[in-house]
Amino acid sequence: MAKDLVNTLADLKEKEALGIVQERLSAGEDPLRILDDARRGVEIVGKRFSDEEYFIPDLVYSGEILKQITDMVKPKLTKAAEVKRLGKVIVGTVAGDIHDIGKDIVVFMLDVNGFEVFDLGIDVPVQKFVDKIKETGSGVVGLSGFLTLAFQSMKDTVGAIEKAGLRNEVKIMIGGGQIDDQVRSFTGADAYGKDAMDAVKLAKGWIGG
Amino acid sequence: METRVSSPTREVFIGDGHPTVLIGERINPAGKKKLAEALKAGNLEVVHREALAQAQAGADILDVSVGTFGVNEVKLLPQAVKTVMDTVDIPLCLDSAVPEALEAALKVYKGKPLINSVTGEERSLARVLPLVKEYGAAVIGLVQDEKGIPKDSERRIAIAHKLVEKATAFGIAQEDIIIDCLAFAVGADPGSGTAVIDTIRKIKAELGVNLTLGASNVSFGLPDRSLLNNAFVVMAVAAGVTCLIVDAAKIRPAVVAADLILGRDKHARRYIDSYRQRQRLQKQEG
Repeated sequence: MAKDLVNTLADLKEKEALGIVQERLSAGEDPLRILDDARRGVEIVGKRFSDEEYFIPDLVYSGEILKQITDMVKPKLTKAAEVKRLGKVIVGTVAGDIHDIGKDIVVFMLDVNGFEVFDLGIDVPVQKFVDKIKETGSGVVGLSGFLTLAFQSMKDTVGAIEKAGLRNEVKIMIGGGQIDDQVRSFTGADAYGKDAMDAVKLAKGWIGG
Repeated sequence: METRVSSPTREVFIGDGHPTVLIGERINPAGKKKLAEALKAGNLEVVHREALAQAQAGADILDVSVGTFGVNEVKLLPQAVKTVMDTVDIPLCLDSAVPEALEAALKVYKGKPLINSVTGEERSLARVLPLVKEYGAAVIGLVQDEKGIPKDSERRIAIAHKLVEKATAFGIAQEDIIIDCLAFAVGADPGSGTAVIDTIRKIKAELGVNLTLGASNVSFGLPDRSLLNNAFVVMAVAAGVTCLIVDAAKIRPAVVAADLILGRDKHARRYIDSYRQRQRLQKQEG
C-alpha cells in the first residue's frame, strides 16, 4: 500500500507527497479519492495553524503543494467526476480597508474544505457584495477587516444587503484582528470568527449540511 | 536633511548625522485588549504607565493613538496627549486616521509634534496638510494612495514623490516630511522584504528626505517575532531609515548597535550606556 498522502502533505513533505500522488495515479486510482486525501492533509495544516504549531509560510507552502497535486490530478478527472462543492461563499475585505492576509487565509481554508469561494479582494464597495449575492446566489458572505474604520463599512455592507431585500437569503460572518461580539452586534452580522477554521465551521453550520 | 520635533523643553533631531530616533509604538490600542478596554472606559492610567515605561526604555518620541472601536477620538486623543505630556517630557507623535482628532490634539500640544499620518490619497492630503502647516508640525507620509499600498517599489517611490511635491507646494518644508515606506509581512509575501529595502534606498537617493518604518508588521504570522523585527530594523537603518516606530524596550539594543557600526555613536557612549543599563536591570531582576 502507498504511503499516507494525508499525513505526508500535513507534514509538508513536498517531494514525497507528489511521489505518492504519481504512484496512485499510475496505479489507476480514482483521482477524486486522491484529491480528497490532499484536502484532508491541508485541513490538518489549518488545524496546526490554529494551534500555533504552524505559521503563515507553512500555510502558503501547503497551498502550493496542493496546487501541484490538483494540476497533476486534473487531466484524469472526467467532467462527471468534478468535485462536488458544499456551497457558495462570498468573501472580501470591506470598503476603506486594504488588509488581505487574514482574508486570503479564510478564502484558502474555505476552498480546501469544499466551498466554492468568490473572493472580491480588498477595499470592496458595498454594492459589489450585493451584486455578487444576486449573481451567484451564495448563502454565506464573509466580511473581513482589520482597521477600526472597517466596522462601520461592515455595518454599511450589512445594511446594503438588507436594503436590497437579501438579508434573509444570506448568513453574514465577520472577522479580523480586533473583532469581538460587541463589534458583531454593532455591524448586524450573524456571527464572527477568530480565525479561518472558525470561518469554515460557521459556513459548514449554515450551508455545509 | 534634519527634522526637528520638540516638547516644551526638549528637542529631538532626526537625520543622517544623528543616532536613529525611536518612536515608541505602545500607546496604541490595536491588538492590545487591555488598553482598548481602558480607553473605552475613558481610563488613561494605562497610557500614563506606558508613557513612563517607554521613556525609561529609551524611546526618543512617543506615538499616541487611541483609535479603537467605541472611542470618540476627537475627545479622547487630546486627553491622552495631555496625560502623556504630564508624564514625560519628550516630543510626541499624534496618531489618528481622523483629521478632526489630530486637530483637537494639535490644539493642546505644546511644542512641535510629529503627525501620523498623511497618505497619497487626495482627501487625506487636502485635510491633513493644512493642519501640518497651520500648527507648524512635521508629518509622516505613507506611501499609499486610492489604490492601496503598492507591492512594487516603483509605485511606492512615485507616491513618495507626490507626497513631497504636494507638501512643499503647500509651503511645508521638505525636512518636515518623513516618508514611511510601509513594511509587509514577509511570511505572507517573501518578496516584500527586499521590496521595502529597495524602496528605502531609492527614496533616500532621489528625495533625500528622512524615512521611518513601523517594524512590527514584517514578522506577522511568524514565530519569534522579536528576532525578525530586530534583524529587519538593522537592515532598514543600514538602508537609510532615520527613525523607527517600534517597541523601544525590545528593539533599542540592536538599533544602538547598528548606530555604532554606522559611525553614529562617538566613543560608543550610547552602546556602552545601553549595555550598562541592561546589566543593572539583570542584577535587579536576578
